[in-house]
Amino acid sequence: MIGITSYGAYIPPTRLALGAIGGRKAKPGGPEKAVAWNDEDAITMAVAAAVACLSGLDRGEVDGLLFASTTHPFREKQAAALIARALDLRRDLRTADHSGSLRAGTAALRAACDAVKAGSSHNVLVIASDCRMGAPGSALEMNVGDGAVAFLVGERDVIASLDDAHTVSDEILDVWRSDGEEFSHSWEDRFVVQEGYTPRIVEAVRGLLEKSGTSADDYARVALYAPEKRSHTSAARALGIREETLQPALFGQLGNTGVAFAPLQLAAALESVSPGDRLLVASYGDGAEALSFSIGDAIEKVGEREGVSANLARRRAVDGYDSYLKARGMSTTEWQGGTDPGLSATIHFRERDDDLSLRGQKCRECGAVQFPAQRVCETCFRKDAFDPIRLSDKTAKVVTYTFDYFFPNPNPPTVVSIVEVEGARVHLQIVDCKPEDVALHMPVEFVFRRIHEVGGRPNYYWKGRPLSTAEAGSAQEASS
Amino acid sequence: VSRESIRDKVAIVGAGCCKFGENWDQSPSDMIVDAAYEAYADAGIDEPQRQIEAVFTGSLYTTKGPLECSDALKLFNVPVTMVSNYCATGTDAFRCGVMSIAAGMYDTVLVVGYDKPKDRGVSGPSVMMDGVRDLPKTPAGWFSFCAATYFAKYGAGREDLARIAVKNHHNGTLAPKSFLKREISVEEALKGRMISWPFGLYDCAAQTDGAAAVVLTRAELAKSFSDAPIMVKGVTLRSGPNPQKDPTNDFLSWKPTGWAAEDVYAQAGITDPAKEIDIAQVHDCFTLTELLSYEDLGFCEKGSAKEHIADGHFELTGDLPVNTDGGLKTFGHPTGATGVRMLYENVTQLRGQAGKRQVKGASTALSHNIGGHPTACAIAIVGLP
Repeated sequence: MIGITSYGAYIPPTRLALGAIGGRKAKPGGPEKAVAWNDEDAITMAVAAAVACLSGLDRGEVDGLLFASTTHPFREKQAAALIARALDLRRDLRTADHSGSLRAGTAALRAACDAVKAGSSHNVLVIASDCRMGAPGSALEMNVGDGAVAFLVGERDVIASLDDAHTVSDEILDVWRSDGEEFSHSWEDRFVVQEGYTPRIVEAVRGLLEKSGTSADDYARVALYAPEKRSHTSAARALGIREETLQPALFGQLGNTGVAFAPLQLAAALESVSPGDRLLVASYGDGAEALSFSIGDAIEKVGEREGVSANLARRRAVDGYDSYLKARGMSTTEWQGGTDPGLSATIHFRERDDDLSLRGQKCRECGAVQFPAQRVCETCFRKDAFDPIRLSDKTAKVVTYTFDYFFPNPNPPTVVSIVEVEGARVHLQIVDCKPEDVALHMPVEFVFRRIHEVGGRPNYYWKGRPLSTAEAGSAQEASS
Repeated sequence: VSRESIRDKVAIVGAGCCKFGENWDQSPSDMIVDAAYEAYADAGIDEPQRQIEAVFTGSLYTTKGPLECSDALKLFNVPVTMVSNYCATGTDAFRCGVMSIAAGMYDTVLVVGYDKPKDRGVSGPSVMMDGVRDLPKTPAGWFSFCAATYFAKYGAGREDLARIAVKNHHNGTLAPKSFLKREISVEEALKGRMISWPFGLYDCAAQTDGAAAVVLTRAELAKSFSDAPIMVKGVTLRSGPNPQKDPTNDFLSWKPTGWAAEDVYAQAGITDPAKEIDIAQVHDCFTLTELLSYEDLGFCEKGSAKEHIADGHFELTGDLPVNTDGGLKTFGHPTGATGVRMLYENVTQLRGQAGKRQVKGASTALSHNIGGHPTACAIAIVGLP
């Protein structure tokens, strides 16, 4: 059996009310979408989803990483290698980016299954993450949302084994973004749905059903990509998918998350299935692709994963359209990202274990943990006698804090703290936390974020996020 | 090691200071010339090219190195050394000058501290961007880290900090060369816009342009320059670990100040600083920095600063007046100049030339700089012969 052995998701907690788009006042409780905040992007969301997916697993066993996105911040430079470094994965790792098409998420998932089947890889991490932008006020802006999902694909303890897959490729200019453009374009929606989306998704799913000798009724859950809500409903109807088996597409909660959209629905479906159930997932983009899975007994052993429902529950309403525009760099304000001419690429290179992997070091002589790496122990002064220690997956606690109104931030103040982790002190920004909720000794977890755009490129580092009350309780137990 | 070896060996025979402020129409050279020539006149030096044997200069923001000072003053064919030690730069340049004379290398040297931050187009210090993980940092951001912890332990609050700002604003109105000359109230201080909690605008020092200079000579030669030489009783510098990384930091004090104080009191033979120090210029980059320094310098017990502030202990009329010229807060803080400006004020006070802000009967004066995160502290004690 080859297929999914674990999963995790990340949805930004910041939610923009659709009614607020264009600057109107939104009524509470209406439809909304998840929006990445100013220090988030496809990379940071990918790392968060992967951390959730790998929770409790041995990261050393991961031997491949495929990253799917149409919104990787670099035109030239691999995202998968950067994500692998943030996850502190092993160095003999196969990495590749799948891009260009909204279908890249399922394409990567299928490629990973093929690699494991061929025996060339054993545990491949597949991450789909997108952060697409519709021009302010456009219909696309109403529809797109941000999010990421990660699957581990392997051959042991498979929770969803890949049974069949069917792909059709097609050439159509329905949704696109040219080189250098910030916003995605869409041709007239009726054309997109009538000549692109509906016929292709139907063709791919029917092809799969035919190939596997199954019918729509054989599937406990069916997850379908759709550009928007109405076409989702009509495609399901055309395929004869019953409403109770149709996985909710989360329009009005999450929005269309691009390459991550169908895979996120698949992850959501995994939270509600039982051994023996069948799942079908279909995505669209320059053609369409359908994959079918059978749920294995391991689904009952996989334990609690931070999936779609946990992420949907963690939400914070954006306080208005203007705030969203500022956070996404679409508003001309006095706020500027910094005036420095640029960071040295060689410094970035030397510090990648510290900054990207958040690796500290433990002194072999006295056991003191310190961060960042240094040559002489600051406690016992022994030279060059350290073992690396990953700090990103440890719980830290706040030693002291301040609220910085001076640091460039679209929504000041920035919560800044000194935290203690494994005895080491780290200077850290705290996110997803109101100033009034910060307290001395508060436990925080590490999240990978953009720290600034000095040099005209994203620079990544870790920040702290308060543990939820339940998480804080178990962290306390674990440390006592 | 004899820590007393430097006491009374070196004298300050001249001191000068330019007007601190937003000196839009002055270059660094203009300010250096103002400060140095005032110090020359004070020391009776009329042939600096012949009489000054070495120059120790300090600046944080300059990109021109020691040339900026030597070229401004046309001091050539002499050793010119540039010192950079964050906000402790001024006192450290002075320390180097003192040591060079004590070592017998020179008879007479010039110390010049200066900085010109107002040419950079920002109203406060820049947000530093020297690496990925070191962000974000602003001085207000890192000096405020002692607030949450100190407030929780000792029950002090923003009002206690505001009283320090009120005091320094008052003292600044009495110093002719200070930048800000405006009395403020506690209520006004508390209403200032927030910079980095708990620091509002009035908790932060005024970043200004400025330059200050002193002329040093061997004790035996002091009288040949000045009728009122001021003797160096001790001068020290102590490094410290980055408080943000130091695993033993309790965020209730800044370690290097305690270490430097211990050393400089030993040099000066001071056993009870609360009684033996008559006036002090203390590094008040932020109000909380001044508060912590009262305790770290041994002017009062740890945790008791609040009561002393309430009693007016550190006001001009109190038992131990601190920042008699308004301090960094209102006199201004041109980083490299600050330590030397403090010496200028102490010399002025000890000679009884401080006019409306004169503290009566002062014979021993301390000046204190901390620099970096802070990661260094420099202290100088000077006194009447």
